[in-house]
Amino acid sequence: MTAGVDLGHPQAQAIQSDEDVVRVRQLVRTVAVAAKLSLVDQTKLVTAASELARNTLVYGGGGTVEVTTVDNGRRRGVRILFADSGPGIVDLDLALTDGYTTGGGLGLGLSGARRLVDEFEIDTGAGKGTRVTVTKWAR
Amino acid sequence: MALGAEASGRLAALLRDNAEQVTKRWTEIVAASLRGRLSQAELRRQLEELHRALVATGEQGTIDLDTEHATELRAVLAELSRGWARQGFSATETAIAVFALKDALLELIEARGGEGALRDYVAFAGLIDQMGLFTFESFVRTRESLIADQAEQLLELSTPVVKLWEGVVAVPLVGTLDSARAQVVMERLLQTLVDTGSPYAIIDITGVPAVDTQVAQHILKTVVAARLMGADCIISGIRPQIAQTIVALGIEFGDIATKASLADALRHVLRLSGVETARRQSRRDA
Repeated sequence: MTAGVDLGHPQAQAIQSDEDVVRVRQLVRTVAVAAKLSLVDQTKLVTAASELARNTLVYGGGGTVEVTTVDNGRRRGVRILFADSGPGIVDLDLALTDGYTTGGGLGLGLSGARRLVDEFEIDTGAGKGTRVTVTKWAR
Repeated sequence: MALGAEASGRLAALLRDNAEQVTKRWTEIVAASLRGRLSQAELRRQLEELHRALVATGEQGTIDLDTEHATELRAVLAELSRGWARQGFSATETAIAVFALKDALLELIEARGGEGALRDYVAFAGLIDQMGLFTFESFVRTRESLIADQAEQLLELSTPVVKLWEGVVAVPLVGTLDSARAQVVMERLLQTLVDTGSPYAIIDITGVPAVDTQVAQHILKTVVAARLMGADCIISGIRPQIAQTIVALGIEFGDIATKASLADALRHVLRLSGVETARRQSRRDA
Protein backbone atom coordinates (compact mmCIF):
# COMPACT_ATOMS: atom_id res chain seq x y z
CA MET A 1 0.00 0.00 0.00
CA THR A 2 1.32 3.42 -0.83
CA ALA A 3 2.04 5.71 2.08
CA GLY A 4 0.52 9.09 2.69
CA VAL A 5 -2.54 10.68 4.18
CA ASP A 6 -5.31 12.00 2.00
CA LEU A 7 -5.83 15.72 2.25
CA GLY A 8 -9.28 16.94 1.45
CA HIS A 9 -11.84 15.31 -0.76
CA PRO A 10 -10.84 13.50 -3.91
CA GLN A 11 -12.05 15.19 -7.06
CA ALA A 12 -13.83 12.74 -9.32
CA GLN A 13 -14.43 12.85 -13.03
CA ALA A 14 -16.02 10.35 -15.39
CA ILE A 15 -14.14 9.22 -18.49
CA GLN A 16 -16.61 8.51 -21.28
CA SER A 17 -15.32 10.50 -24.26
CA ASP A 18 -12.27 12.21 -25.74
CA GLU A 19 -13.44 15.51 -24.21
CA ASP A 20 -13.31 13.85 -20.79
CA VAL A 21 -9.64 12.99 -21.35
CA VAL A 22 -9.01 16.72 -21.88
CA ARG A 23 -10.97 17.48 -18.69
CA VAL A 24 -8.89 14.94 -16.75
CA ARG A 25 -5.72 16.68 -17.96
CA GLN A 26 -7.04 20.06 -16.85
CA LEU A 27 -8.19 18.71 -13.48
CA VAL A 28 -4.82 17.05 -12.83
CA ARG A 29 -2.95 20.20 -13.82
CA THR A 30 -5.06 22.33 -11.46
CA VAL A 31 -4.48 19.96 -8.53
CA ALA A 32 -0.76 19.61 -9.37
CA VAL A 33 -0.33 23.40 -9.40
CA ALA A 34 -2.13 23.65 -6.05
CA ALA A 35 0.15 20.94 -4.61
CA LYS A 36 3.14 23.02 -5.74
CA LEU A 37 4.66 20.46 -8.07
CA SER A 38 7.43 21.86 -10.28
CA LEU A 39 6.66 22.64 -13.92
CA VAL A 40 8.50 19.51 -15.08
CA ASP A 41 6.65 17.31 -12.57
CA GLN A 42 3.31 18.91 -13.49
CA THR A 43 3.93 18.16 -17.14
CA LYS A 44 5.01 14.58 -16.38
CA LEU A 45 1.98 13.92 -14.21
CA VAL A 46 -0.44 15.49 -16.69
CA THR A 47 1.07 13.42 -19.49
CA ALA A 48 0.86 10.21 -17.43
CA ALA A 49 -2.76 11.03 -16.55
CA SER A 50 -3.50 11.63 -20.22
CA GLU A 51 -2.10 8.20 -21.16
CA LEU A 52 -3.93 6.35 -18.39
CA ALA A 53 -7.21 8.20 -19.01
CA ARG A 54 -7.04 7.26 -22.67
CA ASN A 55 -6.33 3.63 -21.74
CA THR A 56 -9.36 3.69 -19.44
CA LEU A 57 -11.45 5.03 -22.31
CA VAL A 58 -10.11 2.92 -25.18
CA TYR A 59 -9.36 -0.43 -23.51
CA GLY A 60 -11.54 -0.25 -20.39
CA GLY A 61 -14.59 1.07 -22.23
CA GLY A 62 -14.77 4.14 -20.00
CA GLY A 63 -14.49 4.54 -16.25
CA THR A 64 -13.75 7.07 -13.56
CA VAL A 65 -10.80 9.03 -12.23
CA GLU A 66 -10.19 10.41 -8.74
CA VAL A 67 -7.55 13.04 -8.04
CA THR A 68 -6.42 13.63 -4.44
CA THR A 69 -3.77 15.77 -2.79
CA VAL A 70 -1.75 13.59 -0.39
CA ASP A 71 0.82 14.25 2.31
CA ASN A 72 3.33 11.74 3.72
CA GLY A 73 4.53 14.01 6.51
CA ARG A 74 7.51 15.32 4.61
CA ARG A 75 6.20 16.04 1.18
CA ARG A 76 3.00 16.82 -0.62
CA GLY A 77 1.94 15.00 -3.70
CA VAL A 78 -0.90 14.18 -6.01
CA ARG A 79 -2.48 10.74 -6.22
CA ILE A 80 -4.68 9.70 -9.12
CA LEU A 81 -6.83 6.58 -9.27
CA PHE A 82 -8.15 5.33 -12.59
CA ALA A 83 -10.81 2.64 -12.45
CA ASP A 84 -12.73 0.80 -15.12
CA SER A 85 -14.74 -2.41 -15.23
CA GLY A 86 -13.54 -3.44 -18.66
CA PRO A 87 -12.02 -6.77 -19.71
CA GLY A 88 -8.86 -6.27 -17.59
CA ILE A 89 -5.28 -7.01 -18.62
CA VAL A 90 -4.50 -10.71 -19.06
CA ASP A 91 -0.71 -10.52 -19.37
CA LEU A 92 0.49 -7.54 -17.34
CA ASP A 93 4.20 -8.04 -18.08
CA LEU A 94 3.48 -8.02 -21.78
CA ALA A 95 1.26 -4.93 -21.47
CA LEU A 96 4.08 -3.13 -19.64
CA THR A 97 6.57 -3.91 -22.43
CA ASP A 98 7.65 -0.90 -24.49
CA GLY A 99 6.14 -0.98 -27.94
CA TYR A 100 3.51 -3.62 -27.23
CA THR A 101 -0.02 -2.54 -28.20
CA THR A 102 -3.28 -4.23 -29.04
CA GLY A 103 -4.68 -0.95 -30.37
CA GLY A 104 -3.09 1.29 -32.97
CA GLY A 105 -0.92 3.36 -30.63
CA LEU A 106 2.80 3.51 -30.04
CA GLY A 107 2.63 0.94 -27.22
CA LEU A 108 4.28 3.34 -24.77
CA GLY A 109 1.30 4.64 -22.80
CA LEU A 110 1.23 2.25 -19.84
CA SER A 111 4.98 1.67 -19.59
CA GLY A 112 5.71 5.34 -20.22
CA ALA A 113 3.20 6.46 -17.58
CA ARG A 114 4.97 4.20 -15.06
CA ARG A 115 8.27 5.97 -15.77
CA LEU A 116 6.66 9.42 -15.46
CA VAL A 117 5.42 9.00 -11.88
CA ASP A 118 7.00 8.15 -8.51
CA GLU A 119 4.62 5.38 -7.46
CA PHE A 120 2.68 3.11 -9.76
CA GLU A 121 0.25 0.39 -8.72
CA ILE A 122 -1.94 -1.69 -10.95
CA ASP A 123 -4.65 -4.13 -9.93
CA THR A 124 -6.06 -6.09 -12.82
CA GLY A 125 -6.86 -9.50 -14.18
CA ALA A 126 -8.90 -11.10 -16.94
CA GLY A 127 -12.54 -10.08 -16.48
CA LYS A 128 -12.08 -8.04 -13.28
CA GLY A 129 -11.47 -4.58 -14.68
CA THR A 130 -8.42 -2.43 -14.09
CA ARG A 131 -7.47 -0.04 -11.28
CA VAL A 132 -4.33 2.02 -11.69
CA THR A 133 -3.05 4.26 -8.88
CA VAL A 134 -0.21 6.70 -9.52
CA THR A 135 1.42 9.20 -7.17
CA LYS A 136 3.81 12.05 -7.86
CA TRP A 137 5.54 13.79 -4.95
CA ALA A 138 6.64 17.41 -4.90
CA ARG A 139 10.40 17.78 -4.64
CA MET B 1 -48.38 23.69 -14.63
CA ALA B 2 -51.26 24.70 -16.87
CA LEU B 3 -53.65 27.50 -15.98
CA GLY B 4 -57.36 26.57 -16.21
CA ALA B 5 -59.61 28.31 -18.72
CA GLU B 6 -61.38 30.42 -16.09
CA ALA B 7 -58.23 31.53 -14.34
CA SER B 8 -56.64 32.21 -17.71
CA GLY B 9 -59.50 34.49 -18.62
CA ARG B 10 -59.15 36.34 -15.31
CA LEU B 11 -55.39 36.70 -15.79
CA ALA B 12 -55.82 37.96 -19.36
CA ALA B 13 -58.46 40.47 -18.23
CA LEU B 14 -56.30 41.61 -15.33
CA LEU B 15 -53.28 42.07 -17.58
CA ARG B 16 -55.28 43.79 -20.31
CA ASP B 17 -57.14 46.21 -18.05
CA ASN B 18 -53.98 47.23 -16.24
CA ALA B 19 -51.61 46.94 -19.20
CA GLU B 20 -49.89 50.30 -18.64
CA GLN B 21 -49.43 49.79 -14.90
CA VAL B 22 -48.22 46.18 -15.17
CA THR B 23 -45.65 46.71 -17.89
CA LYS B 24 -44.38 49.87 -16.19
CA ARG B 25 -43.86 48.13 -12.83
CA TRP B 26 -42.50 44.99 -14.55
CA THR B 27 -39.95 47.05 -16.48
CA GLU B 28 -38.90 48.87 -13.30
CA ILE B 29 -38.26 45.63 -11.40
CA VAL B 30 -36.28 44.01 -14.23
CA ALA B 31 -34.35 47.22 -14.95
CA ALA B 32 -33.23 47.35 -11.32
CA SER B 33 -31.67 43.88 -11.59
CA LEU B 34 -29.94 44.71 -14.90
CA ARG B 35 -28.34 47.94 -13.64
CA GLY B 36 -28.62 49.77 -16.94
CA ARG B 37 -27.13 47.21 -19.28
CA LEU B 38 -30.26 47.27 -21.41
CA SER B 39 -32.03 50.54 -22.18
CA GLN B 40 -35.38 51.08 -20.45
CA ALA B 41 -37.12 51.65 -23.79
CA GLU B 42 -35.79 48.42 -25.29
CA LEU B 43 -36.62 46.43 -22.16
CA ARG B 44 -40.11 47.94 -22.07
CA ARG B 45 -40.63 47.00 -25.73
CA GLN B 46 -39.62 43.36 -25.12
CA LEU B 47 -41.76 43.01 -22.00
CA GLU B 48 -44.75 44.64 -23.74
CA GLU B 49 -44.42 42.07 -26.49
CA LEU B 50 -44.41 39.28 -23.92
CA HIS B 51 -47.37 40.90 -22.20
CA ARG B 52 -49.31 41.04 -25.48
CA ALA B 53 -48.58 37.39 -26.23
CA LEU B 54 -49.69 36.39 -22.74
CA VAL B 55 -52.98 38.32 -23.02
CA ALA B 56 -53.65 36.94 -26.51
CA THR B 57 -53.07 33.38 -25.32
CA GLY B 58 -55.16 33.87 -22.17
CA GLU B 59 -58.13 35.14 -24.16
CA GLN B 60 -58.21 31.90 -26.14
CA GLY B 61 -58.66 29.80 -22.99
CA THR B 62 -56.30 27.57 -21.05
CA ILE B 63 -52.73 28.82 -20.89
CA ASP B 64 -50.44 25.82 -21.14
CA LEU B 65 -47.02 26.21 -22.73
CA ASP B 66 -47.19 22.68 -24.15
CA THR B 67 -50.32 23.22 -26.23
CA GLU B 68 -50.78 24.31 -29.80
CA HIS B 69 -52.28 27.76 -29.20
CA ALA B 70 -49.38 28.82 -26.96
CA THR B 71 -47.05 28.75 -29.97
CA GLU B 72 -46.79 32.53 -30.11
CA LEU B 73 -46.12 32.82 -26.38
CA ARG B 74 -43.38 30.18 -26.66
CA ALA B 75 -41.87 31.97 -29.64
CA VAL B 76 -41.78 35.31 -27.79
CA LEU B 77 -40.19 33.68 -24.70
CA ALA B 78 -37.63 31.82 -26.81
CA GLU B 79 -36.81 34.98 -28.76
CA LEU B 80 -36.29 36.93 -25.53
CA SER B 81 -33.96 34.37 -23.97
CA ARG B 82 -32.05 33.88 -27.23
CA GLY B 83 -31.45 37.60 -27.47
CA TRP B 84 -30.37 37.87 -23.85
CA ALA B 85 -28.09 34.83 -24.06
CA ARG B 86 -26.33 36.32 -27.09
CA GLN B 87 -25.96 39.70 -25.39
CA GLY B 88 -24.17 38.04 -22.49
CA PHE B 89 -26.83 38.27 -19.78
CA SER B 90 -26.71 35.48 -17.21
CA ALA B 91 -29.29 32.71 -16.97
CA THR B 92 -30.49 34.13 -13.64
CA GLU B 93 -31.02 37.59 -15.10
CA THR B 94 -32.98 36.15 -18.00
CA ALA B 95 -35.17 34.06 -15.70
CA ILE B 96 -35.71 37.05 -13.37
CA ALA B 97 -37.06 39.02 -16.33
CA VAL B 98 -39.94 36.54 -16.42
CA PHE B 99 -40.28 35.97 -12.68
CA ALA B 100 -40.52 39.72 -12.06
CA LEU B 101 -44.03 39.58 -13.51
CA LYS B 102 -45.04 37.84 -10.25
CA ASP B 103 -44.11 40.89 -8.19
CA ALA B 104 -45.93 43.20 -10.55
CA LEU B 105 -49.00 40.95 -10.43
CA LEU B 106 -48.91 40.57 -6.66
CA GLU B 107 -49.15 44.34 -6.22
CA LEU B 108 -52.14 44.43 -8.56
CA ILE B 109 -53.95 41.54 -6.90
CA GLU B 110 -53.27 42.89 -3.43
CA ALA B 111 -54.70 46.25 -4.38
CA ARG B 112 -57.81 44.61 -5.83
CA GLY B 113 -58.31 42.22 -2.91
CA GLY B 114 -61.38 40.00 -3.00
CA GLU B 115 -62.14 36.39 -2.21
CA GLY B 116 -60.19 34.29 -4.73
CA ALA B 117 -57.20 36.63 -4.73
CA LEU B 118 -54.80 34.22 -3.04
CA ARG B 119 -55.90 31.22 -5.11
CA ASP B 120 -55.57 33.25 -8.30
CA TYR B 121 -52.13 34.48 -7.38
CA VAL B 122 -50.87 30.96 -6.67
CA ALA B 123 -52.24 29.75 -10.01
CA PHE B 124 -50.71 32.69 -11.88
CA ALA B 125 -47.41 32.16 -10.10
CA GLY B 126 -47.41 28.51 -11.19
CA LEU B 127 -47.81 29.55 -14.81
CA ILE B 128 -45.05 32.15 -14.52
CA ASP B 129 -42.76 29.49 -13.02
CA GLN B 130 -43.41 27.33 -16.07
CA MET B 131 -42.62 30.28 -18.33
CA GLY B 132 -39.42 30.93 -16.37
CA LEU B 133 -38.28 27.34 -16.76
CA PHE B 134 -39.02 27.46 -20.46
CA THR B 135 -36.92 30.63 -20.74
CA PHE B 136 -34.16 28.91 -18.85
CA GLU B 137 -34.18 25.96 -21.22
CA SER B 138 -34.07 28.11 -24.35
CA PHE B 139 -31.29 30.09 -22.74
CA VAL B 140 -29.21 26.95 -22.17
CA ARG B 141 -29.95 25.71 -25.71
CA THR B 142 -28.76 29.02 -27.16
CA ARG B 143 -25.59 28.91 -25.09
CA GLU B 144 -24.91 25.32 -26.12
CA SER B 145 -25.27 26.15 -29.79
CA LEU B 146 -22.96 29.14 -29.25
CA ILE B 147 -20.36 26.84 -27.69
CA ALA B 148 -20.68 24.31 -30.51
CA ASP B 149 -20.23 27.13 -33.06
CA GLN B 150 -17.18 28.39 -31.24
CA ALA B 151 -15.63 24.91 -31.07
CA GLU B 152 -16.05 24.68 -34.81
CA GLN B 153 -14.54 28.12 -35.34
CA LEU B 154 -11.62 27.21 -33.08
CA LEU B 155 -10.87 24.17 -35.19
CA GLU B 156 -10.63 26.49 -38.18
CA LEU B 157 -8.76 29.23 -36.37
CA SER B 158 -6.16 27.23 -34.56
CA THR B 159 -4.59 25.51 -37.54
CA PRO B 160 -3.07 28.10 -39.83
CA VAL B 161 -0.22 27.17 -42.13
CA VAL B 162 2.03 30.18 -42.61
CA LYS B 163 4.79 30.85 -45.09
CA LEU B 164 7.97 31.86 -43.24
CA TRP B 165 10.32 32.14 -46.15
CA GLU B 166 10.51 31.20 -49.80
CA GLY B 167 10.12 27.42 -49.67
CA VAL B 168 9.52 27.22 -45.91
CA VAL B 169 6.06 26.80 -44.38
CA ALA B 170 5.26 26.50 -40.67
CA VAL B 171 2.33 25.16 -38.62
CA PRO B 172 2.15 26.70 -35.14
CA LEU B 173 0.13 24.21 -33.07
CA VAL B 174 -1.76 25.64 -30.10
CA GLY B 175 -3.74 23.73 -27.50
CA THR B 176 -4.89 20.15 -27.45
CA LEU B 177 -4.09 18.05 -30.48
CA ASP B 178 -6.85 15.46 -30.71
CA SER B 179 -7.53 13.20 -33.68
CA ALA B 180 -9.93 15.65 -35.35
CA ARG B 181 -7.49 18.55 -35.17
CA ALA B 182 -4.52 16.39 -36.13
CA GLN B 183 -6.42 15.42 -39.26
CA VAL B 184 -7.16 19.06 -40.11
CA VAL B 185 -3.52 20.03 -39.50
CA MET B 186 -2.19 17.23 -41.69
CA GLU B 187 -4.57 18.04 -44.55
CA ARG B 188 -3.76 21.75 -44.42
CA LEU B 189 -0.04 21.17 -44.29
CA LEU B 190 0.05 18.69 -47.16
CA GLN B 191 -2.18 20.92 -49.30
CA THR B 192 0.01 23.96 -48.57
CA LEU B 193 3.12 21.96 -49.49
CA VAL B 194 1.54 21.21 -52.85
CA ASP B 195 0.25 24.76 -53.40
CA THR B 196 3.52 26.49 -52.56
CA GLY B 197 5.92 23.79 -53.71
CA SER B 198 7.83 24.18 -50.45
CA PRO B 199 10.57 21.65 -49.70
CA TYR B 200 10.58 22.46 -45.95
CA ALA B 201 7.90 22.41 -43.26
CA ILE B 202 8.27 23.38 -39.61
CA ILE B 203 5.82 22.06 -37.01
CA ASP B 204 5.96 24.29 -33.95
CA ILE B 205 4.59 22.80 -30.71
CA THR B 206 5.35 25.71 -28.36
CA GLY B 207 1.62 26.08 -27.69
CA VAL B 208 0.93 22.41 -26.95
CA PRO B 209 0.76 22.04 -23.15
CA ALA B 210 1.45 18.28 -22.97
CA VAL B 211 2.85 15.87 -25.51
CA ASP B 212 1.59 12.36 -24.82
CA THR B 213 1.93 9.29 -27.05
CA GLN B 214 -1.20 10.15 -29.02
CA VAL B 215 -0.02 13.69 -29.82
CA ALA B 216 3.44 12.33 -30.70
CA GLN B 217 1.90 9.73 -32.95
CA HIS B 218 -0.16 12.37 -34.78
CA ILE B 219 2.94 14.52 -35.28
CA LEU B 220 5.00 11.55 -36.48
CA LYS B 221 2.31 10.56 -38.98
CA THR B 222 2.18 14.13 -40.31
CA VAL B 223 5.96 14.17 -40.70
CA VAL B 224 5.97 10.82 -42.53
CA ALA B 225 3.18 11.98 -44.86
CA ALA B 226 5.07 15.20 -45.64
CA ARG B 227 8.21 13.18 -46.34
CA LEU B 228 6.33 10.98 -48.77
CA MET B 229 5.56 14.14 -50.66
CA GLY B 230 9.22 15.04 -50.73
CA ALA B 231 9.24 17.70 -48.00
CA ASP B 232 11.52 17.79 -44.98
CA CYS B 233 9.88 18.36 -41.60
CA ILE B 234 11.42 19.99 -38.55
CA ILE B 235 9.72 19.97 -35.15
CA SER B 236 10.34 23.09 -33.09
CA GLY B 237 9.23 24.59 -29.80
CA ILE B 238 10.28 21.70 -27.59
CA ARG B 239 10.46 23.17 -24.09
CA PRO B 240 12.57 21.58 -21.31
CA GLN B 241 9.63 19.97 -19.49
CA ILE B 242 8.28 18.55 -22.76
CA ALA B 243 11.72 17.15 -23.66
CA GLN B 244 12.00 15.41 -20.28
CA THR B 245 8.51 13.98 -20.58
CA ILE B 246 9.15 12.67 -24.09
CA VAL B 247 12.35 10.96 -22.89
CA ALA B 248 10.58 9.36 -19.90
CA LEU B 249 7.72 8.18 -22.10
CA GLY B 250 10.24 6.56 -24.44
CA ILE B 251 9.03 8.28 -27.60
CA GLU B 252 11.68 8.35 -30.31
CA PHE B 253 11.63 10.92 -33.05
CA GLY B 254 14.31 9.02 -34.97
CA ASP B 255 16.09 11.09 -37.59
CA ILE B 256 13.53 13.91 -37.51
CA ALA B 257 15.24 17.21 -36.79
CA THR B 258 13.97 18.90 -33.61
CA LYS B 259 14.77 22.38 -32.34
CA ALA B 260 14.07 24.30 -29.13
CA SER B 261 12.62 27.35 -30.85
CA LEU B 262 11.04 28.36 -34.13
CA ALA B 263 13.97 30.72 -34.75
CA ASP B 264 16.44 27.84 -34.47
CA ALA B 265 14.36 25.77 -36.85
CA LEU B 266 14.19 28.57 -39.41
CA ARG B 267 17.96 29.14 -39.19
CA HIS B 268 18.51 25.39 -39.62
CA VAL B 269 16.28 25.27 -42.71
CA LEU B 270 17.85 28.37 -44.26
CA ARG B 271 21.30 26.85 -43.84
CA LEU B 272 20.08 23.61 -45.44
CA SER B 273 18.64 25.49 -48.39
CA GLY B 274 21.85 27.45 -48.84
CA VAL B 275 20.60 30.88 -47.79
CA GLU B 276 23.47 32.88 -46.30
CA THR B 277 22.64 34.68 -43.10
CA ALA B 278 25.07 37.19 -41.73
CA ARG B 279 24.87 39.62 -38.86
CA ARG B 280 25.28 43.17 -40.03
CA GLN B 281 28.20 44.85 -38.35
CA SER B 282 27.26 47.75 -36.17
CA ARG B 283 28.69 51.12 -37.14
CA ARG B 284 30.92 51.43 -34.08
CA ASP B 285 32.81 48.25 -34.94
CA ALA B 286 33.41 49.30 -38.51
